Amino acid sequence: MQTGFSKDQHQFREIVSRFLQDKSPTSEVRRTMATAQGYDVDVWRTLSVEVGLAGTHIPEEYGGSGFGAVELGIAAEQMGRHLYCGPFFSSSVMAAYALLNSATESYKEKLLPGIAAGTSIAALVLDSLNTPDQIGSALTVSDGLLTGTADLVIDAHIAELLIVVAKSESGLGLYCLQRRDETAGMTIEPLETLDPTRKISKVCFTQVAVEKVGEVTDQSLNQIWDCICVALAHEMIGGAQQLLETTIEYTKMRYQFGRPIGSFQGLKHRCADLLMEIEIAKAATHHAARCLDSNEGEPYAASMAKALTADTYIKAAKEAIQLRGGIGFTWEEDTQLWYKRAKSCEVFMGTADFHRERMICLMEVGA
Amino acid sequence: MSAKATSPQTDQAIRSELSQWLDDNWSADRSLLEWRNILVDGGWAATGWPTAYFGRDYNREQTALVYAIFREKGAVGAASIGPRRLASETILAMGNDDQKRRYLRPILTGEHNWCQLFSEPGSGSDLAGLSTKAVFIDGQWIVNGQKVWNTSAHHADYGILVARTHWELPKHQGISYFLIDMRQPGVEVRPLKQMNGHASFNEVFMTDAVVAAEDLVGEEGNGWAVAKTTLSYERRGGAPTLPAASAADNPRVGRVYSEYQKELAIANEPYSWYPQRQGRVDLVMSRARETGAIANPVVRQEIAKLFCMSKGAVLASQAAESKRKSGSTEIVPAGSIGKLAASVIARQAAHVHTMISGADAMLSGPDSAAAGMIAEVLISVPAISIAGGTDEIQRNIISERVLAMPKEQRSDTGPFRDIKRNS
Repeated sequence: MQTGFSKDQHQFREIVSRFLQDKSPTSEVRRTMATAQGYDVDVWRTLSVEVGLAGTHIPEEYGGSGFGAVELGIAAEQMGRHLYCGPFFSSSVMAAYALLNSATESYKEKLLPGIAAGTSIAALVLDSLNTPDQIGSALTVSDGLLTGTADLVIDAHIAELLIVVAKSESGLGLYCLQRRDETAGMTIEPLETLDPTRKISKVCFTQVAVEKVGEVTDQSLNQIWDCICVALAHEMIGGAQQLLETTIEYTKMRYQFGRPIGSFQGLKHRCADLLMEIEIAKAATHHAARCLDSNEGEPYAASMAKALTADTYIKAAKEAIQLRGGIGFTWEEDTQLWYKRAKSCEVFMGTADFHRERMICLMEVGA
Repeated sequence: MSAKATSPQTDQAIRSELSQWLDDNWSADRSLLEWRNILVDGGWAATGWPTAYFGRDYNREQTALVYAIFREKGAVGAASIGPRRLASETILAMGNDDQKRRYLRPILTGEHNWCQLFSEPGSGSDLAGLSTKAVFIDGQWIVNGQKVWNTSAHHADYGILVARTHWELPKHQGISYFLIDMRQPGVEVRPLKQMNGHASFNEVFMTDAVVAAEDLVGEEGNGWAVAKTTLSYERRGGAPTLPAASAADNPRVGRVYSEYQKELAIANEPYSWYPQRQGRVDLVMSRARETGAIANPVVRQEIAKLFCMSKGAVLASQAAESKRKSGSTEIVPAGSIGKLAASVIARQAAHVHTMISGADAMLSGPDSAAAGMIAEVLISVPAISIAGGTDEIQRNIISERVLAMPKEQRSDTGPFRDIKRNS
């Protein structure tokens, strides 16, 4: 298995980084997060069409760029760094991964090109964002009609296409419905979120007609979960690195007691510890992406990455505020934006505790 | 790859030359010293060294190939284990021709054992604050002072020594670097028993010990630069000068083997507890299963945290290595980060072993858990965050050299005699 990044991959990272530096400065993040839809349509279009990010990991036969989890991770890492507000994670990562792993060939051909082009925004409706074991407990399909409630659906308020994992008599299945302005029996209720850069809605279905697009097995459900977690871990490690870097800069320019506070060992040692944790979590995250692409490596690589990044990102955010002192707790200072994203990522797709338990279970199976 | 391409000798040429040479010369029936002399004369004892000094100027990959061929043939290599490598690499880099001629060969043949005389009771992390005194009287250096943490000093013939020769200069500028004969009346070596019962180190007392004028390495007062060469080699772990494990991997019958096994046993003895101070992560799962602790959800969480750290640290060092190979200019803090991670991992492993063992962790000795290894873990782990540079020093290095944070204000500038120090 490859260990480093290729020249092309470095170049790709540079392109995404420059684009987001330009299009997603914190002034834009603050502006878009305050809107109801939560993203800038023009930026999303440029990101999808010109930079081609929306279909990074989607195979070329379905209109994507045909790269893998590594390249998707590179993009997600930069989005986490720059707190990009838009449907990249909900549509390109979550919905596309569900289709790639569970849809039939004809539905992949039908639904993925729109997602890859960014023209059709999709949301993945799961009845749990905590553990795969709970999936199918609240959403059921009977005679082609979907009923039930998903309490937390990322970006449902802007999605044109809903991809749903629900249970029927024959087990778990993947379903889809095109959303129209007034779909009878469906309500989408935007919720107030702790992290305003990630919009969440509650979605209720009462006997809504859906098309079945594929079967979801225990194995494919866990594979979908792993894929999403690995992309999320990249987003998190990008955010954690950004926090460490800005915090270091702050400690170099902030003077107290006649010297930069970054010269105090009490602060330096905490930054050194944080760097160590970030380097380890980052290596585990990059490794997890390579495991997905090569179908090799430890079966628990994705959970290991999510467990490490969950702890590391929130620690970085706490330290970033603490080392800034009072200013760090203000609304005006940007650190709070990453702190909230870190908290939201920490619990999204399974907490660190959940993933550690999953790791041990997978190790026991493997032993 | 590129190094191989520019090298004058292909792998194939090395393989055929060395195989032929071993077929002609290797015999397990010689004495170890006789064999090592043949080895040195043949130029195969330290192929990474310069041609002028017993070597062949091979690069890392070529030297690794040489080790592999020795291993295949089951041939014993030059002496390599312990502090002797620190001495040979320093002499090679900073010594004069006379010193190289006198000292390098007996290091390779194993005739001379060496030790490192750096740390002092009064200067641990602050090595440059050392106060062992060397004075030049009647054409020779007279040394007085005490050293500590000297691995293998009890059977060393020579030592690499740093001592202060100027007290009016700033601390780094008054240090000189010497090669000292350990077998003399002015040098007394006492074993230092550690909290885990082993005595891997010694204290060395020097009372009017004598160093010949020609055993000063580099210029007088330039010892700190020489010491840094030794330290950087120590931190890198260095490329061993010979295939250390060749015959140990696969012991066979013959005089060379038995003498080599004896040499290895003596040289390795101080390190027998080193795996335990790293926490023995390898024992965790089997211990958790055999005790039933694997069913405890709290234990499972702690085990998973441990594996995340230990596995992640391996991946991080691989990532740093591939970045280094790709010629990245980015500062890769692999050494200090790896060392800091090793401490976290060892402490977490000790914590997990404690949870798994429960009250059985009150016992020690061969009848206790895992033939005493768990007890040894629990009382050896505190060493990992101290030896080879404390965690606090590693954090200074990471924050100042990698994160480029400002240095702490110093209070040890100016003439050394004016600096406050331990009495």
